[in-house]
Amino acid sequence: MRAITARRRPAAGYGVILLALLVAGLCYGTITGIGSASAAARSVGSGPLTAEGKSIFNQQCASCHGLFAQGVQDTAPSLIGVGSAAVDFQVSTGRMPAKEPAAEQPRKPITFTPRMIRAVSAYIASLGGGPATPSAAEVNPSGANAGLGQQLFVASCAQCHNFVGAGGALTYGKYAPPLTKSTPRQIFEAMLTGPEAMPVFNNTTITPQEKRDIIAYITRTRTEPNPGGFSLGRVGPVTEGIVAFVGLMLFMVLASMWITAKHRKTHD
Amino acid sequence: MTDPTAGHQGGDHERDGDPSAGPEPRDGAEEPREPRYRVIGTPSPAAARTMLAAPHPGTPGGPPEPRPRELPAEPDDPARAKRAERIVAACFLIAFLAGLGFIAAYVIFPVHSIQRVVNSNLALGLTLSLVFLGLAAGAVFWVRNVMPWVVLTEARKPLRSSEEDRAAFQETFQQGTEASQFVKRPLLRRTLIAATVPVAVAPILLLRDLGPLPRKTLDHTVWRDGMRLLNYGINRPIRPADFSSPGGMITVVPDGFQDDFNALAKAACIIIKFGPNQLEFTSKSSPVDGKVVENWTVDNIVAYSKICTHVGCPAALYEQTTHHILCPCHQSTFDATRGAKVIFGPATRALPQLPMTVDAQGFLVAKHDFTEPVGPSFWERGPST
Amino acid sequence: MTVNRAIGGTGNWLDERFRGAKGLRAVFKKLYPDHWTFLLGEIALYSFIILVLTGTFLTFFFKPSMTEVVYHGNYLKLDGLHMSEAYASTLNISFDVRGGLLMRQIHHWAADLFLAAIMVHMIRVFFTGAYRKPREVNWLIGIVLFTLGLIEGLFGYSLPDDLLSGAGLRILQGVIQSIPIVGTYGSYFLFGGQYPGHSIIPRMYILHVLLIPGLFAALIGAHIFIMYHQKHTQMPGKGRTNKNVVGAPAFPYFAAKTTALFLFVFAVVTLAGTFAQINPIWLYGPYNPLAISAGSQPDFYMGMLEGALRVMPAWQWVVFGHTFAFNVFIPGLLPLGFIFTAAALWPFIEQWITGDKTEHHINDRPRNAPTRTALGLAVIAFYGVLWAEGANDLIAQHLDISLYTVTWIARIAVIVVPILTYIIAKRVCLGLQRKDIHLMEHGVETGIIRQLPNGEFIEETRPLDDERLAKIARPEPLELPAGTTEAAAEEVPPPGMRGGIGRVKARLNKIVTETVPMNGHGANGHGPNGHGEHAAIGSGDRDQGEGDGGSDHHG
Repeated sequence: MRAITARRRPAAGYGVILLALLVAGLCYGTITGIGSASAAARSVGSGPLTAEGKSIFNQQCASCHGLFAQGVQDTAPSLIGVGSAAVDFQVSTGRMPAKEPAAEQPRKPITFTPRMIRAVSAYIASLGGGPATPSAAEVNPSGANAGLGQQLFVASCAQCHNFVGAGGALTYGKYAPPLTKSTPRQIFEAMLTGPEAMPVFNNTTITPQEKRDIIAYITRTRTEPNPGGFSLGRVGPVTEGIVAFVGLMLFMVLASMWITAKHRKTHD
Repeated sequence: MTDPTAGHQGGDHERDGDPSAGPEPRDGAEEPREPRYRVIGTPSPAAARTMLAAPHPGTPGGPPEPRPRELPAEPDDPARAKRAERIVAACFLIAFLAGLGFIAAYVIFPVHSIQRVVNSNLALGLTLSLVFLGLAAGAVFWVRNVMPWVVLTEARKPLRSSEEDRAAFQETFQQGTEASQFVKRPLLRRTLIAATVPVAVAPILLLRDLGPLPRKTLDHTVWRDGMRLLNYGINRPIRPADFSSPGGMITVVPDGFQDDFNALAKAACIIIKFGPNQLEFTSKSSPVDGKVVENWTVDNIVAYSKICTHVGCPAALYEQTTHHILCPCHQSTFDATRGAKVIFGPATRALPQLPMTVDAQGFLVAKHDFTEPVGPSFWERGPST
Repeated sequence: MTVNRAIGGTGNWLDERFRGAKGLRAVFKKLYPDHWTFLLGEIALYSFIILVLTGTFLTFFFKPSMTEVVYHGNYLKLDGLHMSEAYASTLNISFDVRGGLLMRQIHHWAADLFLAAIMVHMIRVFFTGAYRKPREVNWLIGIVLFTLGLIEGLFGYSLPDDLLSGAGLRILQGVIQSIPIVGTYGSYFLFGGQYPGHSIIPRMYILHVLLIPGLFAALIGAHIFIMYHQKHTQMPGKGRTNKNVVGAPAFPYFAAKTTALFLFVFAVVTLAGTFAQINPIWLYGPYNPLAISAGSQPDFYMGMLEGALRVMPAWQWVVFGHTFAFNVFIPGLLPLGFIFTAAALWPFIEQWITGDKTEHHINDRPRNAPTRTALGLAVIAFYGVLWAEGANDLIAQHLDISLYTVTWIARIAVIVVPILTYIIAKRVCLGLQRKDIHLMEHGVETGIIRQLPNGEFIEETRPLDDERLAKIARPEPLELPAGTTEAAAEEVPPPGMRGGIGRVKARLNKIVTETVPMNGHGANGHGPNGHGEHAAIGSGDRDQGEGDGGSDHHG
């Protein structure tokens, strides 16, 4: 070291060390990125966005996911190879950054700006590829076939998320969340990346067009009016039964009491 | 001509059992009164005192005695009744208008789209509800406030028939039985009974053709050697290279049967993609109940029957992180890395695994049918293989 | 005047042909005891009438066929999809027939109300002992009506062939199939072969619109006729005895009230059909045997069976190549089968135990039959735990409880909760009886405090008025067969109490008749102030169980 820096400024030594670390890191990242299983992605170059993403990541994510996003046992999974789509989903729904460990991270108000999300997505994508954030056109359900969407939804989605996407219980405290607030892009990304316990529906199993059909079914159903009156939650006969007893039967009991009520003794 | 001494003995009993309890008892002051019986036709004490010869009510030849009034003609509190009358009228008026509204709503509001049905249902339902509510409320106000308040008492007769009636019935029945010769002629009796027995079986017999016998049909599905697995709904065959994301799951159906519910109710499957070294191929426990993954996988893609072995719902819920297949109906849970062995819930058998391979074009196909019956248990089903 | 003449003329014409004057007068004059709980059965009756009316409308449009069609109606989201004619015709009723959705919804709400009213009515009859002689047959008819109602409802909501009810049919098929020996045959005969086949919906249809309603009409007719013939029971009260009926006459009072009730029933189901969406089959989609939704439940009256299926642990035997699928046919048949059988036998069991063969026309206050009430509540608790377990996934999702934990809680609760309920309910009843005796003995507190000359403060009480007293006092003491008391145990017991069964009977008698004895109405020589000697409550000829034969009424 002295040999290299002998006649340079003292700070130059630190500069060399930093450069060496950077090169080592890049080599390591490239090596671990090879062979991760995921669909082919658009190439994400490094650049200012990636660097910005890395710095956000180090501040807000590394404490759980590890400094190199390699994951920490029993705390957070590895993010290498998950792709920008996964990051966009998790962060734009507010699930990440997680507040506390839980069986499942709930949707909550987001803390990242859109630019921050793009930055971190780019950084994670640079670590190992993975499914890319879909474009607006790719997730736009207008013109899609909601009928086919219905068929696919009931075959692959309703068993967790319920007929209309009202959500459902999973095991050990996990749950399939309701789909009422999910944007088309988030739905697309969730299918593509399989967040938490959700299975993965990659683009060669359910193509983007078919995903758009499913999104069309979801978005159309959730905005559809209820011609029969109040929807009672769209969860089926349980709420109907509650209404039958607490609404109808109770009304009838009160009516019966009124019909048979004796007069107060106003006459002798 | 009525017999003046005929009373309540024998022959025509007054069957309504009304003992005419006299002037109506008031609320709060009623007491059970003993029935007072009077022989019909005998003059009342007052009538007996009269000197007039004209037929009196209650005397022989005269009209029947006027009964004392049981129900008051007017309510006790006229002011209250008047007020109530107005309320009742208002209720009925609302019902009338609502009824007209219902007819109008039917004519005015069309259907044929979701939004139109929203409006039509609301209009028709609201008007109809008001009709009934108006009538109901009006009726209640009427009965409680406009009608005079009345509480009466009457006797209950014992339900058991009188001894005479019973005796008379017994006689009639006895005589009838004897006259029919049923008891005295055993040949008639026995042949009658014999004659009716076979035809009594006829209704049960006629039900035989309700359905075919199950025979061995429950033991097999339509899967055959070389039959392609189609991605349900899209009806596309599947290449392992396409279904390559670990944690992926999709519903598959046999090629050629994608619209046949009878086939799908047994043949529908799910395929799940695992990463390396996740599936447990080695056997660690007893042979019964399929706890290992058989070597019927392709590229760590395993196929299980989607039909739950509890009562047949699609066991479709797959948790990528725990590798559990959960049936949403009754929460039977199967471990997909260990041959879909049951780990919780009422199901007793593992989900059968479909033997898979690839065909010449590289698509996933079945090797042969399941090696055990699919779906809920049944009597003739032996142990799992 | 012309109206009168018209009525009179018609009446005359009919009377000349039917001799109706006396009979019709009896109908008009008949007295009906007046208590709101007596209207519960009528709610069921009127729901049934509404079901027939709306159901008839629906039959004009519904097509009970499983033939596959391509949908091109006005629910555009499903346009082009393959579905059964049954489902398509239901979409048609909902979206293309004016008033169709309203009629569908009224029909379904009325069905729910019908069964809810039957349940509440049955509970009322049980807890007031109104099933006792002479009404045992009516009780049995009621149980048959309840069972038919469950089946009718199941078939009714399965007719549209949607995803939710289809899952229920699949479960039905799986349960039938699991029955030993005959299961597979039963399933194939019911469905016309393999599941789902093409026969089940047309078959359910004819059962739902013809056979079962016919049975209903006959049985409901019998149920009401028996009630009419025997006269309705009445609640204890002043002037009411076991040998009379106190009430208002049918014409015009009861007729008006029952009409009002009918109109209220119609109003409430119409309101529900307007404002509360029920069975939105267009959201469920057409049935497909490989599709299922999270949170699938049957209608509430089948919920208990669903819960039983969920709570059962995995248990089966495979013996000599045959499977006893206990995990399926036990929950499917046993809990509900047990409850209905026990309910059907209960009047006779109670008669056997208590030896009570008298007619009963006065209802019991539930507290005055502590064992019966406690048993009834225990059965309701058992039913309720299984009913709640039927919605275990929704409970897990909305109350944030782990899914398996809910089932484990139910597995334990289904045994523990009924036992606890029995114990607690019985003690509560006995306590309430003591409270009644206290009221009778000491009167009602007036809130007026007086100071006695010796400085002591007392609260004035006034005796109960006649009306209240009549309600509280038990009209007839239970007459026990001789030999049920320990004092008489040394003597030779009567024939019914001898031998093994006889001793069991004696034992059960003691438990079932455990009650706080009272000395009939009125004071026992006490003053209104509640002071003075307190005679022991209950003379010594009835030696009852722990602690309630003494004079601990200040406890």
